Amino acid sequence: MNIPYTVETRPDTGLANGKLGIWLFLASEVMLFGALFSTYIILRTGAAEWPHGELSVLLGAINTVILISSSVTMVMAWASLKMNEWSKHRLYLILTFVLAGVFLVNKYFEYSEHLALGEGPWASTFLAIYFTLTGLHGLHIVGGMVVMAYFIGPGAKMAKTSPEQFTNRIEYTGLYWHFVDLVWIFLFPVLYLL
Amino acid sequence: MQSDPAEVKKTVRKYFMIGAALLLFTAITVAANLIHLAVPLAITVALIIATIKGSMVAAVFMHLNHEKKWIYASLMLTIVFFIVLLFVPLLTISDTFGTHISAPGAPAHGESGQERKD
Amino acid sequence: MEHVAVPGKPTGEHAHEHAHAHEELGFLWKYVFSQDHKVIGIQYAITGLLFLFFGFTLMMIMRWQLAYPGRPIPLIGGLLGAARASQGIMLPEFYNQLGAMHGTIMVFLGVVPLAVGGFGNFVTPLQIGAPDMAFPKLNMMSYWMYFIGGVVMLASFLMPGGAAQSGWTSYPPLAVISDGQTWWLVGMIFLITSSLLGALNFIVTIVQLRAKGLSWMRLPFFVWAQLVTSFLLLLAFPPLEAAGVLQLMDRLAGTSFFMPSGLVVSGRPLTVSGGGNPILWQHLFWFLAHPEVYVLILPGMGIVSEVIANNTRKPLWGYRAMVYSLIFLGFMSFIVWAHHMFMTGMGTTMSAFFQTTTMIISIPSIVILTALLLSLWGASIRFTTPMLFALAFLPMFGIGGLTGLPLGLAPSDIHLHDTYYVIGHFHYVVAPGTIFALFAGIYYWFPKATGRKLNDVLGRIHFWGSLVCINLIFAPMFIQGLAGMNRRLYDGGQQYTHLQGLPMRLHIWIGMAAWTLALFQLPFIFNFFWSIWRGQPVDRNPWQATTLEWSAPSPPGHGNFLTEPVVYRGPYEYSVPGAVKDFTPQFEPERA
Repeated sequence: MNIPYTVETRPDTGLANGKLGIWLFLASEVMLFGALFSTYIILRTGAAEWPHGELSVLLGAINTVILISSSVTMVMAWASLKMNEWSKHRLYLILTFVLAGVFLVNKYFEYSEHLALGEGPWASTFLAIYFTLTGLHGLHIVGGMVVMAYFIGPGAKMAKTSPEQFTNRIEYTGLYWHFVDLVWIFLFPVLYLL
Repeated sequence: MQSDPAEVKKTVRKYFMIGAALLLFTAITVAANLIHLAVPLAITVALIIATIKGSMVAAVFMHLNHEKKWIYASLMLTIVFFIVLLFVPLLTISDTFGTHISAPGAPAHGESGQERKD
Repeated sequence: MEHVAVPGKPTGEHAHEHAHAHEELGFLWKYVFSQDHKVIGIQYAITGLLFLFFGFTLMMIMRWQLAYPGRPIPLIGGLLGAARASQGIMLPEFYNQLGAMHGTIMVFLGVVPLAVGGFGNFVTPLQIGAPDMAFPKLNMMSYWMYFIGGVVMLASFLMPGGAAQSGWTSYPPLAVISDGQTWWLVGMIFLITSSLLGALNFIVTIVQLRAKGLSWMRLPFFVWAQLVTSFLLLLAFPPLEAAGVLQLMDRLAGTSFFMPSGLVVSGRPLTVSGGGNPILWQHLFWFLAHPEVYVLILPGMGIVSEVIANNTRKPLWGYRAMVYSLIFLGFMSFIVWAHHMFMTGMGTTMSAFFQTTTMIISIPSIVILTALLLSLWGASIRFTTPMLFALAFLPMFGIGGLTGLPLGLAPSDIHLHDTYYVIGHFHYVVAPGTIFALFAGIYYWFPKATGRKLNDVLGRIHFWGSLVCINLIFAPMFIQGLAGMNRRLYDGGQQYTHLQGLPMRLHIWIGMAAWTLALFQLPFIFNFFWSIWRGQPVDRNPWQATTLEWSAPSPPGHGNFLTEPVVYRGPYEYSVPGAVKDFTPQFEPERA
């Protein structure tokens, strides 16, 4: 049984099913992180004083650079497919995966440093929201890496059998990935700088 | 949506330019932090820069600058509710800004607790 | 019950032969991990009905304690164990568990899965002429996430400390320091994820897979209702998912998201960092929970609209007004939530804001109800079993809605908040409201799912018995609430002098009515299973209805339609002047 508009776009909406689906998913993610930002605002305005300088701006800035770069490589992974450059696509996708991994390694070092000093989420509302926001964001990075690993590995078969559908799926993965980058673009100043 | 390879090649340059711009704005935002602005101003500047960066990611990397009506409509709706979620709860507790949230009858923050008999 | 049997003699059609080729699937893939929306819909429906029955049973046990506080529970008292009912007498902790889980199960495991997961999944693709949902695999995963969440919730009763005891609302700090909440939070995370994935599937399906000719203003009102409901689920649930994670962290990681400083428990100060805000939880919770109540009612309104149009043999009055009201209602539902929080100390400006939006939101509800009532004017009403339930919905929802008004206004809410008045109000909307609508839907669409009708005599007994009992249960609660009887009192208010006499005596009558209501569900349960195999066989359109699902075989095969459906007209072309039949289906071509 064939579900219409899985690959080709529906004329009146101009959309393929997956495109609408991934954007709706991202809309729900906006609300998810929105709740956490709302939590941050309420906790901060409810505090007599709010810590500064507890986090490493250097590590945060490096991670920001890493994530932005990975967004560039991700969109290039899709663009390469559009230009029928298979090996470039593989290079960019793998690069994105590696950059994501480096981000997580940095976070691991950050977390360990704090925890070694007894600065866990239980220690203050600042640390609580810091660990939760970056932790949930980190889980989203892991999720993205799983999907990328799938398309680097077993999922790559579809590029031969159904190239247009494969390209679409890489685009949707990219949309998700850019969203993860977007969240970090706000997280970094809010948590590390302000 | 570009489906024509030649079109896509033109956009590739754009992607790298935007990437560079994002890195530049990241440097600006870190530098702005080194100037010790008053808190409300610091927050405003940081959020403006973040919004600029975010808009570039959304418009160019996520192709939002030429998307379809249903996507725009769903996102507009989401943004409205996002703003409501961010600011309305705050307004209901705005009289407690800057004060430490304590249980009623609790000793002031920092003092040792007295036992409460229920 | 995870698997579905859809036996029952199909009508003369060969329901499982069709033009599309597909491999023969094994039993597991065909009935358990099915990706077919009809199988998934039936899985949701049966699981939802089982949970409804279980949640009802919890209440029946509570009703004993309320009617006869301190008396040993008959039959099962000795079986509950000393931690729940010492010497058969219910302990307050167990009462609280029953209360919290009754609410949670009815809302999240019963009504919504049946209304959205069950009816939404089964009917929507058929009504829009689609072969299935847009994302069949995702649909299957949504059901199983719901199932796991349900198992976690049920299992929580057997965990040390028992199930959640802090209401379905789980307010901190109490919820953070009480037993049982951890499993509740984990269960909620599964349920929320299931709903989010389902909502996204519905929206994409309705936008993208409508048949040729099915423009927006030709959509059955049921589909509009499911679309708006899905947006509510998609955008309102995530904040509760976030809040659930935060409360889990407060419980497990010792954070203080919701724990203010200076808390003292049983004489000892809590060793947490403090600085958290309990009101933050309430905001995040009610941000979801208010739209959730519209998730509870909208599919019901959708079902009632279909049944009324069909059994009045007239188009719905004011279809356009109903659609616009539905959309407006959906939007407004996101900005009224703090009317559940009037007592939290917000200033008069914010209180006025929420009172205003709450009053405004009653308008679209009234428009929809009025349109449905006006649809009856001048109609030749067929009092079929589904129509009885649909007709009863109207005044019952009316009572439920009207009794909400004093709650939405802060001055009167001060007296009524957290009293039995509130319980009466919301049960009127959900029980003789939504649940009656869901019964209407079951009687109406059973023939499409099985090729057989439910028995009408048993249906009428079910209807009249339920209608009378349900009113006897909930109407007295308004009296109790106005008398000042608080909610969630494990002895029903026995300890308060101002509640002696009539308010306490009403608990006995309510209990009797509740146990009788349970008896009247037996004809329905028997009817449901008996009719699957022995019900009267019917053709593909036994109700002579106009919408697309009635053009498919009963039951439809994989892929639903034998030929690609095309829509030629609106959804309720009944009694068209000059037509031979009193109904002109959407899918019938124009006569040459």
